[in-house]
Amino acid sequence: MSRSDSLVDANWVEAHRSDPNVVLVEVDEDTQAYDKGHIAGAVRIDWKDDLQDRVRRDFVNKPEFEALLSSRGIGNEHTVVFYGGNNNWFASYAYWYFKLYGHGDVKLLDGGRKRWELDSRELVTEVPSRPATSYVAQEQDRSIRAFRQEVEDAIGSVNLIDVRSPDEYAGRILAPAHLPQEQSQRPGHIPTAVNIPWSKAANDDGTFKSDDELRALYGEAGVDFGQDTIAYCRIGERSAHTWFVLHEILGQTSVRNYDGSWTEYGALVGVPISLGDNPGGPEGGVA
Amino acid sequence: MCGAVAGGPALPANVDLGKEAIIQGIVTRDGHPVPNAYVRLLDKTGEFTAEVPTSATGQFRFFAGPGTWTLRTLAPGAQADRQVAAALGSIAELEIVLPA
Repeated sequence: MSRSDSLVDANWVEAHRSDPNVVLVEVDEDTQAYDKGHIAGAVRIDWKDDLQDRVRRDFVNKPEFEALLSSRGIGNEHTVVFYGGNNNWFASYAYWYFKLYGHGDVKLLDGGRKRWELDSRELVTEVPSRPATSYVAQEQDRSIRAFRQEVEDAIGSVNLIDVRSPDEYAGRILAPAHLPQEQSQRPGHIPTAVNIPWSKAANDDGTFKSDDELRALYGEAGVDFGQDTIAYCRIGERSAHTWFVLHEILGQTSVRNYDGSWTEYGALVGVPISLGDNPGGPEGGVA
Repeated sequence: MCGAVAGGPALPANVDLGKEAIIQGIVTRDGHPVPNAYVRLLDKTGEFTAEVPTSATGQFRFFAGPGTWTLRTLAPGAQADRQVAAALGSIAELEIVLPA
């Protein structure tokens, strides 16, 4: 993968406005943002109600995913272009999620909703109606999703990237600063993980930095591009943004997103945790 | 302020104010709330920590940690940086006025 395969700009979106094979999908942390206005023709996917199992902590299963896409009028042959607010945070998560279930052609609108709004481009409130499809998903591609045992086994051996903010990494706070602080996990990070906040990969307007800047960002922080990588955050959404940068823009072949992330790891009994601003050794402790 | 309501959005009922260091306020231009702005919270080293879009009434809120923060507001054709101090158990309230 490369930048040209996975990113489009606003002009591309405008040019494909009436292309029936292109489906624009808005995914926002603020699930009401779509109602305030969205890009003409865009459908909405709710990261929580549509993409999470209603009972257990996991994703919707394959038949549910197929039903969701069919009802939204998304076919296997369609090019799906995601966009959303906050540097495409949740849009990147949806991108990763669609790749997990094997959708062929997925792209992100660079800069997302923010750049679109800052450029004063048109937003509409009309909800499009798309004819239903009969979507067929693949089995989950586990090569891009990490589970807790793999993460424990990765301590000290593969690139672990904690993409939360420095204060969350060090254990000074437990959640991003626009959310109430939760108390059910121990603070800190997975031992040996380096801290590269997801937001460093984006410019202020939400567009991704250049390939050279991105390579320098991860390389200088200690990521070995010749090794496997696992990225995590609090619930796996910011790390999907980093997964997108490493796997889709920079073309790294083995990058997994640990969607259990800190809300799972920080609640496990008996696993090592590092506290403080440094990665720490494999045994954890105050680093 | 014409049509602008002070304060952040309504606080969720389950928030314990004593445990939070809240920064909230409103973005205005020409005395009117700006509903299509983005407010970024930067830590004392200038590192991005969080971002929220303003509400339909121009309001925003962060649950920050105690300390000094910078709020960087982006709106069509305007950008503004403001320093703010947050403390546990209190609400730092501010109005960000964008150039007309």
